[in-house]
Formats: sequence, C-alpha cells, structure tokens
Amino acid sequence: MQKAFITKTSKKFYTYKFLLPAGIIYFVLFLLPTLMSFFFSMTRWDLVDWDYIGFDNYKTFFSESSLNIGFRNTLVYAVVTCGLKVLLGLLLGVALTSGLRIKGYLRSVVFFPTLLSTIAVGIAFSSMMHPTQGLINKSLAFAGIVGPDWLGDTSIALLSVAFVDVWKGVGMATVIFIAGIMSIPEEYYEALQIDGGNAWDRFKHITNPLIAPAMNSVIILAFIGGLRSFDLVWAMTKGGPGFSTDLIASIIYKQYQGGFYGLSTAGNVILFIGVSLLAFPLLKLLSKREVDL
Amino acid sequence: MKLNGMKRIIFEVIAIVLSIIIFWVPFCFVIVNSLKNKTDAAQLDLSWPTSIQWSNYKEVLIAQDHMVIRSFINSTLITLLSIAILIVVSAMTGYVLQRRNDRWSGVIQFLVMAGLMIPPAVVPTIWVLDSIHLFKTMTGIVLVEVALGISFAVLLYRSFMATIPREIDEAAIVDGCGSMRMFFQMILPLLMPVTSTVIVLSSVGIYNDFVNPLYFFPGAKNATIQLTLYNFTSMYNTSWNLLFADIILISLPPLILFIFFNKRIVAGMTAGAVKG
Repeated sequence: MQKAFITKTSKKFYTYKFLLPAGIIYFVLFLLPTLMSFFFSMTRWDLVDWDYIGFDNYKTFFSESSLNIGFRNTLVYAVVTCGLKVLLGLLLGVALTSGLRIKGYLRSVVFFPTLLSTIAVGIAFSSMMHPTQGLINKSLAFAGIVGPDWLGDTSIALLSVAFVDVWKGVGMATVIFIAGIMSIPEEYYEALQIDGGNAWDRFKHITNPLIAPAMNSVIILAFIGGLRSFDLVWAMTKGGPGFSTDLIASIIYKQYQGGFYGLSTAGNVILFIGVSLLAFPLLKLLSKREVDL
Repeated sequence: MKLNGMKRIIFEVIAIVLSIIIFWVPFCFVIVNSLKNKTDAAQLDLSWPTSIQWSNYKEVLIAQDHMVIRSFINSTLITLLSIAILIVVSAMTGYVLQRRNDRWSGVIQFLVMAGLMIPPAVVPTIWVLDSIHLFKTMTGIVLVEVALGISFAVLLYRSFMATIPREIDEAAIVDGCGSMRMFFQMILPLLMPVTSTVIVLSSVGIYNDFVNPLYFFPGAKNATIQLTLYNFTSMYNTSWNLLFADIILISLPPLILFIFFNKRIVAGMTAGAVKG
C-alpha cells in the first residue's frame, strides 16, 4: 500500500515535466554544442558553410609547434597550480583549525581573493611583476637580488602566471580542507592523545586519512580548473612571450579570433578528451583511498 | 595542533606578517596607486600619494561616453536575470531528481554532473546561438550563463532536498495540492537556505565572468564590466592610476557581498565539494 502510494505519487507529482525548462536550456546550449563539436572539428568552417576535411585539423593541431606547445604548457600549468593549491591549502587548513586566535582573520584574508575578478588580479600582478619598476623586483633589489623578468622570460613566464593563479585560488582549497578537518569527530584525536601521540601522529594517522574526501575534491577541482584555464593567462601575457604561456584554452580563442573555426573546435574536442581521460581515472583512483568514517 | 604560550604567539606573529606581505600589500598597492596622478603612478611603488586624486574615479566613470556605467548596468542585468532563471529551473530539477529514484534519474544525474567537468564547446555554441538569433543578445548570454551554471546549482539543490522529509510532500498531497502548487508553495520556500547560497555564489561567478561574454556577447555596445576592464588595459596602458581606479570600482560589489555573506559563501562552496 505504502509502496504503491509512492510510485503513484512520484509519477504524478515528481513529474519529469519539471525537468523540461532546465533540460531544454542545458541541452540546447551545452550538450548539443558539445556533440556537434565532434563533427565541426572535422570541417573547414565559416559558421555558414562547411567542408568535411577528416582529421586534418587534428593533424595540424598536433604537428604545428605553435599549437602543440599548448599541451605541454597546459599540463605543466595544471600540475603546478593543483600541486601548490593542495600543499598550501592543506597547510593553511591545518593551521586554521588549530588553536590560533587570529584564525577568523586569516580565513577571511586567504579566502577573499577567490571572489575578485580574475582580470583585475591579472592586471594588478602584471604591474607588480614589471621587470624594472615592479614592486616584486624593487623589493628584491632592496635585498641585493636582481629579480628576473617574471612575465617576459620565456622559461619562467608560465610559472609566474601559475603563481598568481595559486594566490587567487588557494583560499578555495583552504576552506574545503577546513570543512574536511572540522568533520572529523573529536573523539579520534582524544583516543590518540590517550595513546600518547604527538602533533605529527595526529596529522599522519587521523587527519590525513580522514580528509580524503576533501583532498579528492581539491585535487579534482584544481586540476580540471588548471586544464581549462584561460582568463588569467589572457589578462597577463596573452600567451606570450612567443607561445611560452599559451594554454589549450587560449589557443582555442586565438584560432577563433583568426576565423579558423574548425581548428578552434578541434582544440575544444582535444581539451574535452584530455579532461575526460585525465580527470575520470583520477577521480576513480582518488576515491579508492577514501576511508569511511 | 594545540599550541600554547610563547610558541603560539610567535606562530601568530609570523602568520600576520606573512598575510600582510602576501595579501595586504597587493590590495594597498592598487588602492594607493589608484589615487595618484599619472606620473607618480607610473613609478608603481607603495608610497602615499603626494596629492590624493579622487578625480581618477570620475574620469574612469565618464570615459568613452560613460562606458563603465553602461557596462555595469549590463553586468547587473545579466547577473540578475541569469540567477532568477537559474534558481527556478535548478530547484525544479534538483527536487525531482532527488525524489525520484529510477533508471532515468541516474542517466540524467550523470549528464548534469558532466557539466561540472567538460569545457563548453565554444564555436558550436556560437553557431547554435546564431541559428536561434540569440548571438550577441542579452537573452543569449543569460541563457548561456544559466546552461553553464545548472550543474552546480542542481547539485546543491539535490543534496539539500534530501534533508526535507517526504512526509511534507505526502501531507500536501493528502490536502489536495496539485504538483505545481506543491512545488511552488511548499517546496520552493523550504529550499530558501540553498537558494540564498546559489544567489551569492552565482552572482559572484557571473559578475566576474570574462570568458563567456568575450565569446557570446561581443561588441562595444554590449560590453560587460569585465570586458571593459580588459579593454582598458590597451586604452590606458600608460595610465596605471586610471586602470587601478577601474579595478577598485569593479571589486566593490564582491567586497560588499563578502562582508555581508562571508559565512554563507564559504558554506556553499564547501557543501558541494566535500559531500560530492
């Protein structure tokens, strides 16, 4: 009787008609373009007419050095930003759940940049990274160090942008870690205290294994975010000097600007496949090491 | 870590000094330079302005026939419209997906979650928008923002729905509520806590969005606040004072939100992440 009631009501009251508004918008402006991108990536295309050219766009993408440099750069950028966000976020998360009296202040300060406009942050940091005038190199000169040309030197420009990305995004990682640490029951720590563990034991045996869900979220969010990055690089270097800071997403934009719509779409498909290939296995691998509370 | 006495004080002092160097210096740098004249600002240093020039702000606001003000109106409209649509459609979706548990809801759930990871296909989206005559229109950019925001909002609504007891639905059904009335009069008001989280988070995200307006809402007339700032970098490439004044103006709305909704923003951002 109860079961029949539920099935009957769920058909009538939880009707799939309720999904229609969201479904239509999501399908037309997200799923449909994604599906179509597979076709259009194999065409020469001016938005009106298209010629089917098979895998030529992909071949171009993989053979042109100005395009395939994006793969290496994007991977480096994603790994560096993700790694630093995990490391610093965890450190800050542990510090900000300890007995510090100023943790409220620190939390706010670390988190606030997350809400700022990426373009604004990019502009402010480009001015601070100016090779001769910039605040960073002037401070270094004060200590007798000749600072590098942060954004003009092809060997470090990408890392400089990645550093700003971490500055802006570490607050997000920190609050996720804080939430993860706060959800660990206090009794576990009390038990360890009775057994006579020190601070490192606390971290190694309790905090570290039990924040696995938070850790997974941070890694996945930061890594996918890194792979998809565009606006910060665009605001700071526009992919330059040369192509040294070009990411896949900025190459997609450049090809779009140049009117190479098919090639741009091929870049999109490569990014889509790359994100899926890297992110889904990562998700599986990471969720294996989660410990149930 | 239970710190006490001297050790804690040393730790706190170090933390404060680091936070000042890493976070306050950049903020102060932008603020003082936004108040200098052009030559002083070109020095790009932290010194206090010799004479405070509030006129920089006025100059930015009236530049190019009040471009900043017009783009601010555009950004505000886009943000408000997107959020209004996003809330209604995502709440309906999250509600039905959580309450039903059959084969279809699993498939739909997967498609929704895919939206959190997959980068949107840019040029095909332009093509679709163009074929339905919404490219370069306010409606178009609003619908794109909604489409790309649905996944996260549905995730939040669905997990909150689980905390609302089914007995409430059953009581409403027994009292003769229709399905529409039940959702809009019973469920939607109960979802208020998530709705406010979605409002705060999406407004920051959409207001700060640069990429989507760049692709789907181009043209000088349409500029949003982030596009205006970006265009100013080439227009004012020697006038750091004006550029910084613009940055401050643009950062005010998120700052105000942050002051009032700090807790809710943090709670919302972590809610989806930790459970997910």
